[in-house]
Amino acid sequence: MAAVEIPRDEQAFLEYVQSGGQVETTDWMPEDYRKKLIKFIEMHGNSELMGVLPEREWILRAPTLQRKLALTAKVQDEVGHAQLIYRVVEDLGKPREQCLADLVDGKAKFHNVFHYPTQSWGDVGVIAWLVDAAAIISQKALLKCSYAPYARIMKKICWEESFHILHGRDVILAMVTGTPAQFELVQEALDRWWGPLMQFHGNPIPADEDPMFLWRIKSQGNEEARQQFLDGYVPQIHELGLTVPDPKLHKRDDGVWEYTEPDWDELKHVVTGHGPKTEERLAFRRRFLEQEQWVRDVVLAA
Amino acid sequence: MSEHPVWEVFRKERRGQPFEHAGSVVAPDADFAEAWAREQYGRRGESVALWLVPRDSIRDVEDWADEFDLKYRRVDGYSIKARLKEARERAGTAGPG
Amino acid sequence: MNEQVLLGLADDELVLGWRESEWTGIAPLLEEDVAFSSIAQNEIGHARAVYELIVGEDGDADALAFDRKLDEYRCSPLVELHLLEWAHTIARRWLYEVADEIRITALKDDPDTAVAGLAAKIDREEAYHRMHAEMWHDRLGDEPRFQAAVEDLWPYAVGMLPEGLRADLAVRTGLDLPSNNLLQGHERGTHTPELAPLWDEMTIVRRSAPTGAQW
Repeated sequence: MAAVEIPRDEQAFLEYVQSGGQVETTDWMPEDYRKKLIKFIEMHGNSELMGVLPEREWILRAPTLQRKLALTAKVQDEVGHAQLIYRVVEDLGKPREQCLADLVDGKAKFHNVFHYPTQSWGDVGVIAWLVDAAAIISQKALLKCSYAPYARIMKKICWEESFHILHGRDVILAMVTGTPAQFELVQEALDRWWGPLMQFHGNPIPADEDPMFLWRIKSQGNEEARQQFLDGYVPQIHELGLTVPDPKLHKRDDGVWEYTEPDWDELKHVVTGHGPKTEERLAFRRRFLEQEQWVRDVVLAA
Repeated sequence: MSEHPVWEVFRKERRGQPFEHAGSVVAPDADFAEAWAREQYGRRGESVALWLVPRDSIRDVEDWADEFDLKYRRVDGYSIKARLKEARERAGTAGPG
Repeated sequence: MNEQVLLGLADDELVLGWRESEWTGIAPLLEEDVAFSSIAQNEIGHARAVYELIVGEDGDADALAFDRKLDEYRCSPLVELHLLEWAHTIARRWLYEVADEIRITALKDDPDTAVAGLAAKIDREEAYHRMHAEMWHDRLGDEPRFQAAVEDLWPYAVGMLPEGLRADLAVRTGLDLPSNNLLQGHERGTHTPELAPLWDEMTIVRRSAPTGAQW
């Protein structure tokens, strides 16, 4: 059959993606669409790469051989995701080295949750369980992304994230059924991470005003994602005897979750590079990027 | 790194299935491409075989001219409904409704 | 079954795996990061299998891996070194794999069939590690900093093997065996100062709950 023609006109292209049309690397696309794609996908890649750091420290402190292996494998997956995602960005026109340079120069963003410290093994469990749960909700919505190469890699990414949630939940279960002090580590970690988790999906702007939704890069609005997260995970948190640190949190009769307004100023402040660990982590990345530049030069020399 | 060789990776999930495009890796030669693709696309036992193909070796074919009616080569080129009905009526085998 | 030899193997794999896992997330290339992390995981998997063989079905491999006193560990100084720099990391990786192949080959002929069988299993996975190490060795071989790293670590690599196996190592690497006084402090049976902080870190969470707590 004749190939579907991608409209070479911005308005028609917009209608094409809004009616479920998908775009390949070699297709014509409006410059604005390409720019938005690069911005969105690059931030995703950055988040995977920076998301490595809070957990990586704990690879060296994992308390059993099994946990050691599982945590290393999880962090490894995230590096693998960064590789896949940056390849998509590269094919859109922005080289990986440029992405990395912009990242360590503080010119590019990454997800809010990766700007915070990991203080205990409880945090390791909460990150793997709940941060990854929040992330998988966003990522599942990307399976329908109008840019097909990105949608395709999301299949592998979502599949791997599902292991992370299992690993995280298992870590949490071992601790909540352990000593009172271990239980307390989990509750403290949950208290620390709840704020950033509620900010994770972004402020509740209507989907129609979100340019990423407009171009069908995303297929769901921010609030829809947050509601899905609360619906899926608050009951799981409660059944373990843990408390969510938000007295206002409850599910209305119509099924909508009400909660204390997340601190949007904090979100903005953090993702613009002012989180408690932003500078330290970027400096750490920069250090290894510079230290090992010679290896890339040798290996990738023509 | 876009100036470095890109290897397209195809993977076969199970024996008997076709290879499907899985993604790509940047690698200086076939040995590095193999070592890296093995891990990226097979470390969880999700592949039984991989094909690694330098992107430059792929010939991209995307244009299909179909300016004249070439429907006879496709399923949608055959509208048999009306004639089948007529044939059944003549043969007296048309069902009720 | 020679428990000290087996412990030496398991502790080497554990400590090297622990050291190498530190590269996860910060290796020079993302593709290599993924590959290198798998190797670290494999090494720890091998350690676990050997500990399990030593402690038997009802034993606790984790307790053996984590809860000993420092001087009870049988790892060689080579694997203890904290080398968060790629030339030394790859030099150790390559030297370790060559020496390990010699050791594993000997264990495959062990009269204890359980030991011989496990050695054969480990060897099949190590074959891939050796390919990876050779690939990097070939790529970096002409780099002065890599050559210097091999030179630095060579006495440690020799110290990993018992005397009877060292000549073979020299043949396979193409390097000359160092004199005995150059080997001092590099042989199995002694520890470097770098083991203690590593052990502290790898047991910090474990020690925070009473012995026997589940994690």
